[in-house]
Amino acid sequence: MNKVKSGEILDDIKKQVTESQVWASTFRHGYADTPRNRVLQIASNVWLHLHPVKMHRHALRIKFTWCMGGITFLLFLSTVVTGVILMFYYRPVGEYAYYDMKYLQYDVPFGMLMRNMHRWAAHAMVITVWLHMFRVFLTGSYKPPREFNWVIGVFLVTFTLLLSFTGYLLPWDQLAMWAVTVGTNMARATPFLGHEGPFAEFVGVTPRYDARSMLLGGSLVGPPALLRFYVLHCIFIPLVAGALMIVHFWRIRKDGGISGPL
Amino acid sequence: MATEAGRKNVEGLPEKVHVWPYLVRLEFLCAIIVVLALTVWSITIDAPLEEAANPTKTPNPSKAPWYFLGLQDILVYFDPWFAGVVAPVLIIVGLMLIPYLDVNPKGNGYYTYTERKLAIWVYCFGFLVLWIALIIMGVFLRGPGWNLFMPWQYWDPHKVVALVNVDLPYAFGVRSYNMALLFGGAVVLGYFALGTAVYFFLERKAIKYVGFLRMFIKIQLLLIMGGMVIKIVLRLGFNIKYIWVTPWFNI
Repeated sequence: MNKVKSGEILDDIKKQVTESQVWASTFRHGYADTPRNRVLQIASNVWLHLHPVKMHRHALRIKFTWCMGGITFLLFLSTVVTGVILMFYYRPVGEYAYYDMKYLQYDVPFGMLMRNMHRWAAHAMVITVWLHMFRVFLTGSYKPPREFNWVIGVFLVTFTLLLSFTGYLLPWDQLAMWAVTVGTNMARATPFLGHEGPFAEFVGVTPRYDARSMLLGGSLVGPPALLRFYVLHCIFIPLVAGALMIVHFWRIRKDGGISGPL
Repeated sequence: MATEAGRKNVEGLPEKVHVWPYLVRLEFLCAIIVVLALTVWSITIDAPLEEAANPTKTPNPSKAPWYFLGLQDILVYFDPWFAGVVAPVLIIVGLMLIPYLDVNPKGNGYYTYTERKLAIWVYCFGFLVLWIALIIMGVFLRGPGWNLFMPWQYWDPHKVVALVNVDLPYAFGVRSYNMALLFGGAVVLGYFALGTAVYFFLERKAIKYVGFLRMFIKIQLLLIMGGMVIKIVLRLGFNIKYIWVTPWFNI
């Protein structure tokens, strides 16, 4: 009884819990603010361990980084989460796609919100990735030893645009179909490989067999194009972009952390 | 404000700090703000959904997604093989080559204009003018028939703009097809040859330590970028359509 009155029992319970096998196997270190725990907090956590345990003070300044790289990654994660939810309700089939969009907007609980978040995060991601690139250029951060990471970054900018572009077709409305028609019409004019491009006559490509028809699965933006863009949008490009992101983040550390004056 | 005491205080701090908590808390705060903003944005503004896709009904104007409108806009000045395929490839490859072409060791890891004026000018011009400004123009000022409309003008689908463009050889009085072919070729190839020669002459001392290949690629990319601007000016100011007409491609 005395233990309850003095509150000692809480300490006892805390001791019991934190010294149990379950707790000790889950949390590998204490939470007290000691230098050792600060290091372990990063080094023993899979989600944080891409960070270094220590960094230059200047790299914390928002005036220097604009936070744009991190925001781009956060927006990518938002599109992954909302995109997976949208995939439960959407079928990439000519007959269904548009009506699934209507269904999502009017019948699915929070469907409209998920669609809005997915679309706006994607648009915002395009802008933030450009701003990130602009910042990296202005600070000269592509200079040695970070040249290769800049190249990876250019791939990531390209894949961001391709992700957004392939997703643009999926609502299967007039906006989607004609924007993608305008975009993919360019492939017709690919030198050598497009049937309207320079030197195409030497290769023998036709409207049904050239760079554009390979992209669309036909000679116009129809149901086969919808399926192709869906697979590219939901599987192929996210996997490639995700792999490149891992390389991109890893290389920041391997190249000596965020750039700064020497 | 920034007093002596304040400055000393910063200098006295250690150069390196722990990522936990100093960076992680910033990231966390930033994530909260971004997610909050995204949520408010998504609650207040709905994503567009027009009528069902209809391949028999072409909207006028048909626009690519907004982030490609800069490329769609240079279709006015260039054929699709260049504006839609070669230009994007050159932009991507050119961006990737930047770290290998820019050998200026200064300005690595801090903001500076004075130590790398040319690099900043070229990038800002390419990004802010040739990319962003053209996108803004494409989104807001291009109406039916891809004609230019000021924001206060009605988008008249029947607007007729007289096309009085001629090719450059024609403007110089060259009337025969073969002569025009030679004339146009001489102008285009001459532009690149002369530009390269002048650059190598001006930077002749740099060849030793910068390297021939690096300088050659750099000047070709800069000449292509400058050439695009020249072509736009020729078209808008002097009604010149093509500079070089060949049986295979037109520039």
